[in-house]
Amino acid sequence: MSVALPDLNTMWFILVGVLFTGYAMLDGFDLGVGQLHLLARGDRERRIMLNAIGPVWDGNEVWLVTGGGALFAAFPEVYATVFSGFYIPFILLLVALIFRAVAIEFRSKQPMPWWRAMWDWSFFGGSLLSALLIGVAMGNIAWGMPLDDSGEFAGSFLGLLHPYALILGVTTVALFMMHGAIYVLMKTEGELHERARGWVNPCIIFFIICYATTTMATLIYVPHMTERVRQEPAFFLVALGNMLAIANIPREIHRGEDFRAFLSSCAAMVALMALFGLGMFPNLVRAVPDSANSLTVYTAASSQKTLGIMLNIALIGVPMVLAYSASIYWIFRGKVKLDEMSY
Amino acid sequence: MDVELLSRIQFAFTISFHYLYPPLSIGLGVLLVIIEAAWLRTRDPMYHQMARYWTRIFALTFSMGVATGIVMEFEFGTNWATYSRYVGDVFGSALAAEGIFAFFLESGFLAVLLFGWDKVSPRWHFFSTCMVCFGAHFSAIWIVVANSWQQTPAGFHVVEHLGQARAEITDFWAMVFNPSSMDRLSHVLCGAWQAGAFLAISVSAWYLLRGRHEAFARASLRIALWMALAASALQVVTGHSSAVGVARNQPAKLAAFEGHYDTGAHAPIYLFGWVDERRERVVGGPRVLGGLSWLAHGRADAEVTGLRAFPREDRPPVALPFQAFHAMVGLGFVLLALSASAVALMHRDLLFQSRPMLWAMVFAVLGPQIANQAGWWAAEVGRQPWIVQGLLRTSEGLSRTVRAEAVLASLVLFTAVYALLFAVFVYLLNDKIQKGPHAGDLVPTGKLALPERGNA
Ligand code: HDD
Ligand code: HEM
Ligand code: HEM
Repeated sequence: MSVALPDLNTMWFILVGVLFTGYAMLDGFDLGVGQLHLLARGDRERRIMLNAIGPVWDGNEVWLVTGGGALFAAFPEVYATVFSGFYIPFILLLVALIFRAVAIEFRSKQPMPWWRAMWDWSFFGGSLLSALLIGVAMGNIAWGMPLDDSGEFAGSFLGLLHPYALILGVTTVALFMMHGAIYVLMKTEGELHERARGWVNPCIIFFIICYATTTMATLIYVPHMTERVRQEPAFFLVALGNMLAIANIPREIHRGEDFRAFLSSCAAMVALMALFGLGMFPNLVRAVPDSANSLTVYTAASSQKTLGIMLNIALIGVPMVLAYSASIYWIFRGKVKLDEMSY
Repeated sequence: MDVELLSRIQFAFTISFHYLYPPLSIGLGVLLVIIEAAWLRTRDPMYHQMARYWTRIFALTFSMGVATGIVMEFEFGTNWATYSRYVGDVFGSALAAEGIFAFFLESGFLAVLLFGWDKVSPRWHFFSTCMVCFGAHFSAIWIVVANSWQQTPAGFHVVEHLGQARAEITDFWAMVFNPSSMDRLSHVLCGAWQAGAFLAISVSAWYLLRGRHEAFARASLRIALWMALAASALQVVTGHSSAVGVARNQPAKLAAFEGHYDTGAHAPIYLFGWVDERRERVVGGPRVLGGLSWLAHGRADAEVTGLRAFPREDRPPVALPFQAFHAMVGLGFVLLALSASAVALMHRDLLFQSRPMLWAMVFAVLGPQIANQAGWWAAEVGRQPWIVQGLLRTSEGLSRTVRAEAVLASLVLFTAVYALLFAVFVYLLNDKIQKGPHAGDLVPTGKLALPERGNA
């Protein structure tokens, strides 16, 4: 049997998708931990929350940075249109990420209660806002953006805040919160562990409500996102896999298999991103009202030569990245213990 | 104010702020590698204490670099969309390579460097430190390559895409090794090593002046001074070859550096001076006749192209690059002289008692920082009015859909946020310095409890 390799443009669509999926799956739990941070009681518990993500959050954020770089290199038209079009929300996202980052680093450096409270709040606020804005951006991309015939954004800031985008924003918050709660469960013991167990179920319920709403809204208002699945029944398996993975989370939690619940949650994210990609392809940004202006993997891409060079870079780089990311997670496996170098 | 001016101010502000931290991380990274190597070789717990202490400082500068770097990664898209469309094919790959090869390496092994002391063996820890240091250097490599391409474009052709011109790669290695990239990379790295070394020098000199942590301070000072001397000497060499390259590839920029208006032989170098841009001449200041000719072409009687040879609309601003360039070169020689005389004093065992010298070293930390900023300002303002030299003008590189109010709002926001961050950074840095090294670190525990050589 011979399998035809997809063309370079499609491969880069997939690769950029993989990078952003990696980001959602990994930094997703960091942002979730940030959203739950204020629920932890007392200084010690909050430090444990921080140190649960301490060694890994920066590496997780690099998935976003590299995704941005890859988008710039492979689809410069998209990089330019989307980031200049979403100017204000994007700047807010950057500021939110800045606060998230420095809060982790600064919080435990001084003992004063006001100091710690200030950075606790910025950790929480930065994480919440980041998740929300990422979701809103995804919502707009799914819904379609007003583009003119030279591929430039032709809408307004307030136009980006339509209900569908907001629903997706809230869903993303819920998804990351659930993911983060499971992560905390996995990384802690004792009292905090028990408390986190109490967070997980409400998080799951919150997410499932959001998820159902989004699915309904998508089927009714954004039918193009589900067209490919309708045309090619094999893809329905992805949707099915997604639902099974989500359903498996409460089951594993109930059985006390925290790690497996976490894996299910990761799998659900992968499936969600795959569905998103299937819905979009071959568009990267769908133009409304005139879909002829859409930026597709063919119109928005760099030259074949550059895509080829980049593929070589990715073939060398990605295995290395996976190898040492895996070793870092291995070295820092197990429950969090505070020590002298901890945050 | 218009979008162009605001976007330029915002870019200059955010990148300059970012560039306060990476040089420190790169330089301290090298210092950490040296210290840990010394620890593994000698097993002297003093080196363990030093490694721990400088790691804490490193963590602080690193996190600031990370927080402000994210902004840079996306600012090309938010503010310079047309430029991004133009250069994406060429220069996006350098940015992506930076993510894949540099940032993952750095951030991954950073976890081991910071939190892994008791989790891995000392050798593994040393390996991780080396990887973090490599990673920091890699990020400098890729980003300087990308920036050098827009100074001296190579390995590309211009084609039309979606009704607009854009550059596409024809030869990847010619793009990477464009005429200025290696000179500038070595110059930038030396500047970073100087920044790290002089921070360590400054803190150690302060402890000696206060009579605190003296053994620690002497040991740190010894290593950092040698590093500073080496980097400062190399810096003059790499700066010189950069200047030769600028003369060849960007003659208008070189002319702006010296306020050189008329083409002619025996072009002078001013030690300092003031550029009267309206009357197109340099006022005052002692000068070395033929100095610029010699610097750029190796002969005092060589002809150097002056600014009047360029149409007015292709000339860079002159006053700012002139002052920035002179500040950098002046500081370069001051730092070299300072580190050389400090090393000489150290050899005669006079350094640790010489209070004036110690005080000079406390303030020397500002030298590399100012020179680094000035160098970039000279290089970047001297490139104007081009955003990609000779191909695309800065005014043509803007985002067409972003309005001035939006840029003003973001500029105000960044200014406020960065002011807060800077204050907190200085406060925490000072706090760490005041607290000094932990006495407990003199007794390594756990997996680190290496037997001391000799009495094992
Ligand atoms: C890879 C790209 C790149 C890199 C590594 C740098 N820059 Fe740059 N810089 C640009 C790409 C760029 C640019 C996007 O091309 C700008 C925006 C407007 C312009 O003319 O060029 C620019 C402008 C610009 C300006 C404003 C010049 C003007 O508008 O008159 C300053 C002062 C700096 N930069 C300073 C720096 C510093 C301190 C850097 C060190 C980290 C630096 N740049 C690295
Ligand atoms: C406009 C150009 C630049 C962009 C887009 C950029 C982007 C970034 C990003 C996204 C990060 C954070 C990575 C993480 O999350 O771990 C970062 C950090 C870093 N950058 Fe930059 N950067 C730029 C300029 C530079 C320059 C000129 C240098 C050095 C010569 C440099 C050296 C570093 C280093 C060493 C780090 C690691 C953090 C630190 O050491 O402070 N960057 N940069
Ligand atoms: C001692 C004599 C020095 C000379 C002759 C010199 C020369 C130069 C020249 C000609 C450039 C412009 C390169 C270009 O535009 O392509 C430059 C840029 C720069 N210089 Fe220097 N420099 C010196 C010292 C220093 C010192 C001491 C530092 C910092 C510690 C420094 C940091 C920089 C930086 C960061 C840049 C911008 C990056 C670049 O364009 O390479 N320089 N220098």
